[in-house]
Amino acid sequence: MNTAAHQTDMKPHAAGTDTSVLSGAEVLLRVLAEQGVEVIFGYPGGAVLPIYDAIFRQDAIRHVLVRHEQAAVHAAEAYARSTGKVGVVLVTSGPGATNTVTGLLDAMLDSIPVVCFSGQVGVPLIGTDAFQEADTTGITRPATKYNYLIRRAEDVAPCVHEAFHIARSGRPGPVLVDLPKNLMVGPAPYSDAPRVPHPSYRPQTEPGRDVIARAVAAMKGARRPLFYTGGGIINAGPEASAALRRLVEKTGFPCTSTLMGLGAMPAGDRRFLGMLGMHGTYEANMATHGCDVLIALGSRFDDRVTGRLDAFSPGSFKIHADIDPSQINKIVRVDVGITGDARRVIEMMLEEWECTPANTRQPIDMAQWWHQINEWRKTDSLGFVQDRAPEAIIRPQYAIRRLHELATATGRDTYVSTEVGQHQMWAAQHFGFDRPNRWLTSGGLGTMGYGLPAAVGAQIAHPDALVIDIAGEASTLMNIQELSTIAQYRLPVKVFILNNQYMGMVRQWQELLHDSRYSESYSAALPDFVKLAESFHGKGLRATCVGELDGVIAEMLAHPGPVVADICVAQDENCYPMIPSGAAHNQMLLGPDQDDEISAEGRMLV
Amino acid sequence: MTTQQESPVSAVISIQVENESGALARVIGLFSGRGYNIESLTVAAVDETRHQSRINIVTTATPHVLGQIRAQVERLVPVYRVAVMTGREPHVAREMALVKVIASGERRADALRIAQAFRAHPVDASATSFVFELTGASDKLDAFIDLMRPLGLAEVSRTGIAAIARGAAIL
Repeated sequence: MNTAAHQTDMKPHAAGTDTSVLSGAEVLLRVLAEQGVEVIFGYPGGAVLPIYDAIFRQDAIRHVLVRHEQAAVHAAEAYARSTGKVGVVLVTSGPGATNTVTGLLDAMLDSIPVVCFSGQVGVPLIGTDAFQEADTTGITRPATKYNYLIRRAEDVAPCVHEAFHIARSGRPGPVLVDLPKNLMVGPAPYSDAPRVPHPSYRPQTEPGRDVIARAVAAMKGARRPLFYTGGGIINAGPEASAALRRLVEKTGFPCTSTLMGLGAMPAGDRRFLGMLGMHGTYEANMATHGCDVLIALGSRFDDRVTGRLDAFSPGSFKIHADIDPSQINKIVRVDVGITGDARRVIEMMLEEWECTPANTRQPIDMAQWWHQINEWRKTDSLGFVQDRAPEAIIRPQYAIRRLHELATATGRDTYVSTEVGQHQMWAAQHFGFDRPNRWLTSGGLGTMGYGLPAAVGAQIAHPDALVIDIAGEASTLMNIQELSTIAQYRLPVKVFILNNQYMGMVRQWQELLHDSRYSESYSAALPDFVKLAESFHGKGLRATCVGELDGVIAEMLAHPGPVVADICVAQDENCYPMIPSGAAHNQMLLGPDQDDEISAEGRMLV
Repeated sequence: MTTQQESPVSAVISIQVENESGALARVIGLFSGRGYNIESLTVAAVDETRHQSRINIVTTATPHVLGQIRAQVERLVPVYRVAVMTGREPHVAREMALVKVIASGERRADALRIAQAFRAHPVDASATSFVFELTGASDKLDAFIDLMRPLGLAEVSRTGIAAIARGAAIL
């Protein structure tokens, strides 16, 4: 193909160049404004002082000061997830940049559009081990979708425009732009977004008609079909979720979802089977195992979903649609691979479903399938026993159920972030999500400490919404400094800590796999979370028994400011149901009475 | 996974990339990060006006993994096109070697004779040494180097493979 024309378009001095003298920092902020940026999450330092000075002298873009650079990225991720916009981060060179690495990789694995600007030492000092110098593009290369080290003033505007395009298009992801200090101080030309961004970057979003037709033909012949949907639906925008609901309704097929895809289907929909995978429902996993046509939409056969690969959905005809062609046939070989944006895939499936001739399937077959699914549902795999006596110990599942019920009763738009561990799985199981973009959790990377800064990002994006961080006492301590950010901006975030005084998921695995040798998983020397909240100018509450739970939740929800609720829950509760490592979907553990021996190979798995 | 039944094959991965800072690092970082093997690597600018370079990587992997390598490399931002050339795709793969032989007397004459048979050119000569330049398929270079071993082989510098498809097909 001829790329010469593209090269011409890439010239920074194309039409739209402004001749008035701006500094590089001013050009940066102008590009951000052009890109529709409203908020930057950041932390200043030596190398970005010129940018902070330019921020000081404008009021189009708001800066939110976090207390740690990792938190800036998580906040930007949650901002992006809950709005569909690109999240923006600004940090200084060296440690400022290296502190973002976990957040960038988190955004990479969950396909979240984030643009991170890092300061860099001046161009003449690069490579001299200067103060706070780091090879930031080298360090972040595998943690980003793309990154830049800007070396010339005329590259600032086109590269920053392009960074936003790359972050938000195709399979979204984090992009880092490393900005040497001298280029931010000195003059730089402004230019509009290049008409053709990076010439070699051409993501395919429109699926092919022929593969859609093949997929729908298989769907029409299915006797035991199942939709398996993932975060790609959320990333494709609320219209994709709306289209999915129409497709599920039109086909009458059951639908299960990954952790990342929760909210695309309403949790209470009769065709929704709940989450699948390691801590998914019995019916979702049995249906995955027993289906004859599996339609994966914007999901990627993660190991937390598939369990033992050679026993994953055996015998089913597999259709896989993903915007990233490298995901197709990566883990599981499929019969029809579709590259494209989830929304377009679903819309075209709907069109094809409508226009192809009468259904070849016998209606009786679907009835049998649904009958089978409803039999599996009777297992009530998410069930738990809660002693309702006022002095009884609170089961964590019960705490989340009550939180969901009382939050729903407020009628407020509700966003839930989580940390990582048992509480995260219980939140996924028991807090029903009815809308997309309301569930903010670290799926791929499993980053403890995600939830509190994520709640900051969501609350900044939605000041009037109810934002709850469902947390564990261990995870939330990893970014607890963000209570200071919450205090500074008076964010009415509710931190709902399921405090079992253990790194619960670690303890659970030690119980199941290491004969209950609880090596280093006890949360010793915990702070008094009530006093902690108060010291950060918030409200602290505590519930130690069932009789106190509803009152604490009600008080938390009614309080107009930030709240930390310390919910003291059963210490020994395990997260069930569970597919033990190395097992298949039809070999679930439903509860503690059924602790089968886990295989030697299973112990090797993470 | 079902890939275990497939046996690994040797392949040349040819990658047309934007000639920009970090493009090579992205490609080789992907190989090391995802556990793909690199047996040889060449890279050079091939189109100055379009700012494009070509990377050739020789690897050994199952057909399934080769498919994954292609897909993973293709999604890198600076990558234009990727070709995977195994024995099934007709292609030409050539390599150049500079071979230093230190020898005198009979062995020196033998080395020169073998070099002529391989069409290796002496590009440097001193009273005690030769540097031979030899171009061809990698196994031809291997054979030549093996023959030079008893004759005073002292040092070898190889370029790694450059490859291109046969016929009118282009990358």
